[in-house]
Amino acid sequence: MHSGTTTSEAKLRNAKMKVYRGEGKDGTFKSYTVPVEAGMVVLDAIHYIQREIDPDLAVRWNCKAAKCGSCSAEVNGRPSLMCKTRMEGFAEDQEIEVQPLQTFPIIRDLVCDVSWNFEQNKRIKPFTPKPDADWTIYQEDIERVQEFRKCIECFLCQNVCHILRENDRKDAFVGPRFMIRVAGLEMHPLDSADRLPWLHEEGGVGMCNITKCCTEVCPEDIHITDNGIIPMKERIVDEYYDPIAKFLKRVFVRK
Amino acid sequence: MSNYETIETDILVIGAGGAGLRAAVEASAKGMKVALVSKSLLGKAHTVMAEGGIAAAMATVDSRDGWQTHFRDTMIGGKYLNNWRMAQIHAMEAPECVYELEKWGAVFDRTKDGKILQRAFGGHTYKRLCHVGDRTGLELIRTLQDKGVHSGIDVYMECTISRLLKDGDKVAGAFGYFREDGRYVLFKAKAIILATGGVGRAFPVTSNSWEYTADGHALAYDSGGDLIDMEFVQFHPTGMVWPPGVRGILVTEAVRGEGGKLTNSEGKRFMFDYLPPALRQDYAADEKESENWVNDTLSGKLKTDYRRPPELSTRDNVARAIYTEVKAGRGSPHGGVFLDISYQPGDRVKKKLPSMYHQFKDLADVDITKGPMEVGPTMHYIMGGIRVDADTAESKVPGLFAAGECSGGMHGANRLGGNSLSDLIVFGRRAGRGAVAYASNISELPKISEAEIKEAIAELEAPLTRDKGANPYDLQKRMHEITHSGFGIFREEADIKKGLEDLEKLKEEIKTVRVGGGKKYNPGWHLCRDLRNMAIAAEAIGRSALSRKESRGAHSRLDYPETDEALSHENSSVWKEGDKMQLAKTALPEMPAELKEILKKKEVAHA
Repeated sequence: MHSGTTTSEAKLRNAKMKVYRGEGKDGTFKSYTVPVEAGMVVLDAIHYIQREIDPDLAVRWNCKAAKCGSCSAEVNGRPSLMCKTRMEGFAEDQEIEVQPLQTFPIIRDLVCDVSWNFEQNKRIKPFTPKPDADWTIYQEDIERVQEFRKCIECFLCQNVCHILRENDRKDAFVGPRFMIRVAGLEMHPLDSADRLPWLHEEGGVGMCNITKCCTEVCPEDIHITDNGIIPMKERIVDEYYDPIAKFLKRVFVRK
Repeated sequence: MSNYETIETDILVIGAGGAGLRAAVEASAKGMKVALVSKSLLGKAHTVMAEGGIAAAMATVDSRDGWQTHFRDTMIGGKYLNNWRMAQIHAMEAPECVYELEKWGAVFDRTKDGKILQRAFGGHTYKRLCHVGDRTGLELIRTLQDKGVHSGIDVYMECTISRLLKDGDKVAGAFGYFREDGRYVLFKAKAIILATGGVGRAFPVTSNSWEYTADGHALAYDSGGDLIDMEFVQFHPTGMVWPPGVRGILVTEAVRGEGGKLTNSEGKRFMFDYLPPALRQDYAADEKESENWVNDTLSGKLKTDYRRPPELSTRDNVARAIYTEVKAGRGSPHGGVFLDISYQPGDRVKKKLPSMYHQFKDLADVDITKGPMEVGPTMHYIMGGIRVDADTAESKVPGLFAAGECSGGMHGANRLGGNSLSDLIVFGRRAGRGAVAYASNISELPKISEAEIKEAIAELEAPLTRDKGANPYDLQKRMHEITHSGFGIFREEADIKKGLEDLEKLKEEIKTVRVGGGKKYNPGWHLCRDLRNMAIAAEAIGRSALSRKESRGAHSRLDYPETDEALSHENSSVWKEGDKMQLAKTALPEMPAELKEILKKKEVAHA
């Protein structure tokens, strides 16, 4: 938004911060003292450091209003949008530690290379409307799709997903963000493509063990597992492991 | 001297918001090789912050609507300074561009009978804004992004263009760097489309994201293009005012579209007192009629016979009213006024305005379903920009096109809410087609001068190699002081002149700016370049504002408070000659008689 010079407000206190500085894995934490104003968020503190102490501190951000999903980082271990994380949420004597997302390669300071995520979207079959669709769509039929489409691609869910983070299986699982991308397409009332084989064989939906860590960190409150991944898992089970459904599918063509 | 990589393409699109993406999709669909440069990650451009909706006369809610009424509303909102042809194309093509988005996967809110739902907005006669709650921009950019990545477009993320290159008088390429590691890149192209958005970061209180540093304005200006209407800077009436860190963040006009009331510290609904006399009859006579309008909206009734609340006046007018109330000592505790939607059922507010609900709850500890918000004006949009041909979007420079906020003419002296997203898709598409038509006639890639590339590199590297010089963040703060005191909501000659004088000194210091660190993802270094661009925009705003001796739309002069009819047929136009900015008045294109008729009529009959 702006650089905060027009309203004069008494400084509440000073906060102690530790910010990851350096390239790749070779960085170290550097300590800073930052004056805290009412309503200040962690991104404001990072901007203060840039403006007053270290102009080259690397941080990725755009809107500073929780709408673009650029300023994702780990604040005291919790994956968060820095623009939404209030400084007042931390105890006065608590040091605030900020580090980049750990699931992706670190470029410098708080910025990491999230380009892998952008590659995944290309692998998903795009929206394919039925050729004879009349485009009358009722609100009740799109509530779920609209929930998934709230996603701001902050990649916090990708960052905490065990399959991507601990097991580093980016080769086998596209991650929660793209699970709900697929779910949003599959549940669109006028879509006609079938993404189940891809989801099963390449997307890796079977790898998710429903720990719901992704849902917990979602700043848009999308029920990633309950509303997106689990229904798709059920469809995969019906499709691939249920002999009766398999038979019926051969008789009655779906979609 | 550093090396650079070279990328050859037919069409280069600079900027990956709504306009750039739409242009790239169009050019690619026509078989061109397209490179799309994005200053941020894909999908993060400022379009993502648009909230209230896309204006298009689809008449799904109010069957009385049609392109003629949308055209008329746009011209009235723009105080007749709009390029009539752009306003006409925009009104005519917006509906099909919205349906196109739907076919590409956008999921708009629906009416009860399953059509695209439309909501009321300032200055629009009928309910006209297609929307998805209050996150319409996200829907638009994600739809285009998903379409784009399957269209074979080559996307270059986190890449900043510092200079356009020409072969003779024609555009030939662009030079820039990748933020990630500071490596340099040369794009060779037959045609270039600028879609870089606005200039908001030159102002201290703005709803704009960091990217809005006037890049396209500056690139076109440096290459011989004209910038028109630069005095017209839109202050959105409702930005957050408290706490300090969020000052300026947008509070969507949809709050008022859904019935939000503006009151001052005395509890008075002051907007009734600020309606322009000529348009008074378009708005509710009193609180009672206003309430009836809201009740019709709440009940889901499509058409209403009541007139809309005064809060739905145009943005220029509401922003001035709020500013005036605060100056008169009738403001809220933190220097704004009150905006209240809490009288409506809480569930409805959360459903219609979900991101506003969360924004205030998370950032300001205010529950908007229980009490009022505090709001005040925030710099939001620039109507002025690169002069383009209405039909092809081509600038004065052959092969250089522009669309979206960085182009000028469409919105005249004041933009209506919702007309920006529609502008992006209508003229993004037009620019794509225009660039394809141009590039199709060029057989070989134009030539690029190696000396000019060396110059571009030297210019970029200078701040990193100087021993001393000003800190870029300090200079940005100075820029903010200049625009705030000189080029704000209300202006007068002495302040504008002072602003321009200070800007001259600032420009000299920007030439000697210095930053530490290296080229790898160094925001301080990036700002050095951005400062130069913002200074060009600020100068254009100041010079144009000084030259327009009247008040019109978003340009309010304390020393010339009246609108001067004699000035309703000319644009301010600036361009570069040598190192100096030149200014002249240019005549507006003459509107055909049949469109003049539309403007005269009170009711427009639609087929």
